[in-house]
Amino acid sequence: MNVTRGFTGRPRVHHPGLPPGQYDAGDDWPVLSAEVTPDLAPADWTFRVDGLVAEPRTWTWEDAHALPGSEYRGDIHCVTSWSKFGVRFGGVPLDAFLAAVRPAATATHAVAYSHTGYTTNLPLADLTGGKAWIAFSYEGQPLAPEHGGPARLLVPHLYFWKSAKWVAGLRLLDHDEPGFWEQNGYHARGNPWEEQRYSGD
Amino acid sequence: MTETFAPETRFAVPGRIAVSQRAAAVWQTATLTEIRRETPYAATFRFAVPAWTGHLPGQHLMLRLTAGDGYTAQRHYSLASAPDASGHIELTLDHVEDGEVSGWFHTEARPGDRVEVRGPLSGFFAWPGDRPALLIGAGSGVVPLMSMVRHHRAHRLDVPLRLLVSARSPETLIYAREYGPETTPVFTRSAPEGVPVGRLDARHLAPVFAESGDWEAYVCGSNAFAEHASRLLVAAGQPVDRIRIERYG
Repeated sequence: MNVTRGFTGRPRVHHPGLPPGQYDAGDDWPVLSAEVTPDLAPADWTFRVDGLVAEPRTWTWEDAHALPGSEYRGDIHCVTSWSKFGVRFGGVPLDAFLAAVRPAATATHAVAYSHTGYTTNLPLADLTGGKAWIAFSYEGQPLAPEHGGPARLLVPHLYFWKSAKWVAGLRLLDHDEPGFWEQNGYHARGNPWEEQRYSGD
Repeated sequence: MTETFAPETRFAVPGRIAVSQRAAAVWQTATLTEIRRETPYAATFRFAVPAWTGHLPGQHLMLRLTAGDGYTAQRHYSLASAPDASGHIELTLDHVEDGEVSGWFHTEARPGDRVEVRGPLSGFFAWPGDRPALLIGAGSGVVPLMSMVRHHRAHRLDVPLRLLVSARSPETLIYAREYGPETTPVFTRSAPEGVPVGRLDARHLAPVFAESGDWEAYVCGSNAFAEHASRLLVAAGQPVDRIRIERYG
């Protein structure tokens, strides 16, 4: 690694929760969607889980809200280097949806997809055990469209491109199938603590 | 819980463009060779990167600075230069308020300094030069679009290319000396005598769509600008699967 002459960085207190190469965006929440933000009303939103499951199912907005809710309070990290500390999302744990469809023993991975057709792949282990949500609110307010509203996947322990905006469904598979950014050079798993930004990391 | 039919998604994400992923995996040393002032707030930095394997117009890279104590800061920056065989690349950076990386570039950097880069990146916001391109940028969002314009000129490509570039004023228009007939500037705060002031709107798009309806659209700017421009495009009839957006901030 080269040292850059004259570079000292911002005066900084090291934050133990900051993964390598990240900086604290403070109150900003950058938007980095590659596609046009959809006009999607809650009444038109659905979430489907199918693939290697015993009982494929589709939830409407009302159905999903009838499931037990929970909150995520913690940090989020974007592959483009910004992080946000201490944010609060409200929604339903993905475990609740998966329990209803009963994944097959052969299911190891999933592709999450958006109402825009955006896709992203994840190991099932990253989606279960209270690690992922379908999120409807941010800091107590409905999720804004440019931030994935009315509902988005939330997988906060991975880089945020994995948390598909305007989430439409999850297809369970027995293999890993690269999604939109993964096909565009990004890492298959995207763990910020191992700085897995791009394929090859 | 009743199951209801899931509507087919519209699959609106534009398709990927084939690019080499090889260089994305390694950090390379880039040596600063030249700095050119573009506006009071933006400058172009030219680097020698001997092992640069080339890029497509529109692609970006990741840049890393390392402090003496081992602290690193990384940022994504769009490539401003057209692809060529010179072993050099150019980035154009705004001086971001409180920016620790752009701050170093604008206050400390001088020829001979070394940084690290990896890339090129993105098989999404990239223009292979094979399809009509409608480019819409604001502020420093014009940087990757200028790479496309330069490429189009360097190779005298026949395929149509149009650029709409928004800036607050002529003084803050990046690359002002370089635009040609392919470009329409839009000034949002102040403009030369006789030139209207205002946001990009449907009137700016109308002549472009009168010329052709076969564009691949590339939008680059702040989120607010990208939302505005993409909605104008949709209203003008541009298919959402041919609108590629790169946002910053």
